[in-house]
Amino acid sequence: MTDQADQASGTTPPARPVRVVLVDDHRMFRSGVRAELGAAVEVVGEAEDVDSAIRVIEAEQPDVVLLDVHLPGGGGRQILATLVPKLPDVRFLALSVSDAPEDVISVIRGGARGYVTKSITGPELTAAVRRVADGDAVFSPRLAGFVLDAFAATTEVAAVDEDLDRLTQREREVLRLIARGYTYKEVGKSLFISVKTVETHVSAVLRKLQLSNRYELSRWASDRRLV
Amino acid sequence: MGPCGPACHDRGVSTAPNAAATAPRRLVRMSNGRLLAGVARGLADHLGVDVLIIRVLFVVLALAGGAGFVMYGGFWVFAPLEPGGEDEMPGGRAWRERDFGMLLALGSLALGGALVLSALGIGVNAGLAVPLIVVGVGVVILWRQADDAQRERWRAATATHALPGAVRAAIGIALVVIGGGAILVGPVDLGGTSGGVVAALVVAAGLALVSGPWWMRMVRELNAERSARIREQERAEVAAHVHDSVLHTLTLIQRYVDDPRQVAKLARAQERELRGWLYRPRTDPAATVATEVERVAAEVEDAHGVAIEVVVVGDAPLDDRLGAVLHATREALVNAAKYAGDTPISVYAEVEIGQVTVFVRDRGPGFDVDAVPEDRLGLRQSVVGRMQRHGGTAVVRSDNGAGTEVQLEMPRSAT
Repeated sequence: MTDQADQASGTTPPARPVRVVLVDDHRMFRSGVRAELGAAVEVVGEAEDVDSAIRVIEAEQPDVVLLDVHLPGGGGRQILATLVPKLPDVRFLALSVSDAPEDVISVIRGGARGYVTKSITGPELTAAVRRVADGDAVFSPRLAGFVLDAFAATTEVAAVDEDLDRLTQREREVLRLIARGYTYKEVGKSLFISVKTVETHVSAVLRKLQLSNRYELSRWASDRRLV
Repeated sequence: MGPCGPACHDRGVSTAPNAAATAPRRLVRMSNGRLLAGVARGLADHLGVDVLIIRVLFVVLALAGGAGFVMYGGFWVFAPLEPGGEDEMPGGRAWRERDFGMLLALGSLALGGALVLSALGIGVNAGLAVPLIVVGVGVVILWRQADDAQRERWRAATATHALPGAVRAAIGIALVVIGGGAILVGPVDLGGTSGGVVAALVVAAGLALVSGPWWMRMVRELNAERSARIREQERAEVAAHVHDSVLHTLTLIQRYVDDPRQVAKLARAQERELRGWLYRPRTDPAATVATEVERVAAEVEDAHGVAIEVVVVGDAPLDDRLGAVLHATREALVNAAKYAGDTPISVYAEVEIGQVTVFVRDRGPGFDVDAVPEDRLGLRQSVVGRMQRHGGTAVVRSDNGAGTEVQLEMPRSAT
């Protein structure tokens, strides 16, 4: 996935570094991320719990917040609930060791524009931050898999006539390729569409994921550990 | 007295937002800032209204045929006493006196109400009411004494009350006995056969009231002990698991500190195991496509020291054909592990109604599929051949420099 980084830094030369606030309760992890993020990203603040995070983010108004899902004082979800309505220009990228479906789905529905796991490499993370700063969505293979699973074609027969509750064929194809480990660039190449179009599809899926009232979505997230 | 007095600075106000967000709140009685048992204070914090409203409400209800007494008693018995954060209220003594003022005011309100009601001729039977009130005061003294005893155990402090506990208990019992006696000799007509029954009932009720606090304490301590035992068992289980797995792995990692490949392998295997333990269901009755793909990937990871990312969409129970898909998946993974070097490998499996599709992708150097000699074909024999024998297809795509992807497709048998 290294060329995702090339793409982000190569095609559009950054006018200024993306301003980022890091929210994580492990200091070692924060300093690790700080060291790994490239020159295109400037870390303007750090926080280790919900209250300090809300203070720092309100004061700094960064472009992107890298947000841990599990935090003392209410979790990333609490920060999203407080700040997403107040600061519409600040974008959130969830970063977590957990890949449990309920964690992933709940932060995305809380307003995060992407979800990556902490095993992500430095260049990939930098690329993901840039992408989120540009207003696009970041889907890891696993998140793409979750979405495909939650919007499973098997329930299509039922009357889900809302556009929000259904993925288009093209969106499904894009997600499948992402789940297979393709970068956005590779997805574009194999579907003969531009990277920009791939981003548009992914953003549309993110919107559906956040706004759909689809009953299966919440049920799926909670059931998955029982199946 | 001010309308809201010390209640404004209560703990309920300052900590409300966070506490409300995290855990569902239980109704508790407040040991700080209470008049009698802390019921009204606890209710006020729980409902988020001023404590004075609750107190007046109780007094009014008490006048309505004694409903307030019964409710108050019920809350007293069933709501546990809150240990309370700070020791007493700020301003100690002054607070106490204000307390009495409040108690006096509420008492006057009750008495006044009772007088008004009896003046209106709405039946407050003085002959029965007075002994009942005496019993009530006795019970309050007894139960409060029990609460105080509990508070002292929490704080390991000596009694701060003017009267020692035993004296207060004795006064309480005496009042209950006097009140009960007054009921027996006074208003109740003890003539006839029912007299003995009524007397027995009154005595039984008196005993229950007097011994109530001790019974409650015993039940609570039993419960506390049981939940402590359960917690201890769970802790021991977690400790055993951590010891067998995580600590063991950490020891091994220190031993292999010079071999980064081995360290990465150990860490990865441990991570997988821990994730399985934390997030997966404990009892896994049947092998399904999802669990088996993950298991196969884990085995290849362990054997070859590579990182494999697994994404599975949908699920189905295994059958012969799906078993063949799994074998082919394993071969494709082993192949990828051999040639992909240190780059990550992705597995994507999708179970649909009509078919199962698996993609195995690596980012190794890739090769020319057509140029591979006929004879050494792990891929052609074990992957393509196996899939075809079971009615599926396998496609291998490889670009020089951009990795290799194996695509397996198997129609599902009609069930």
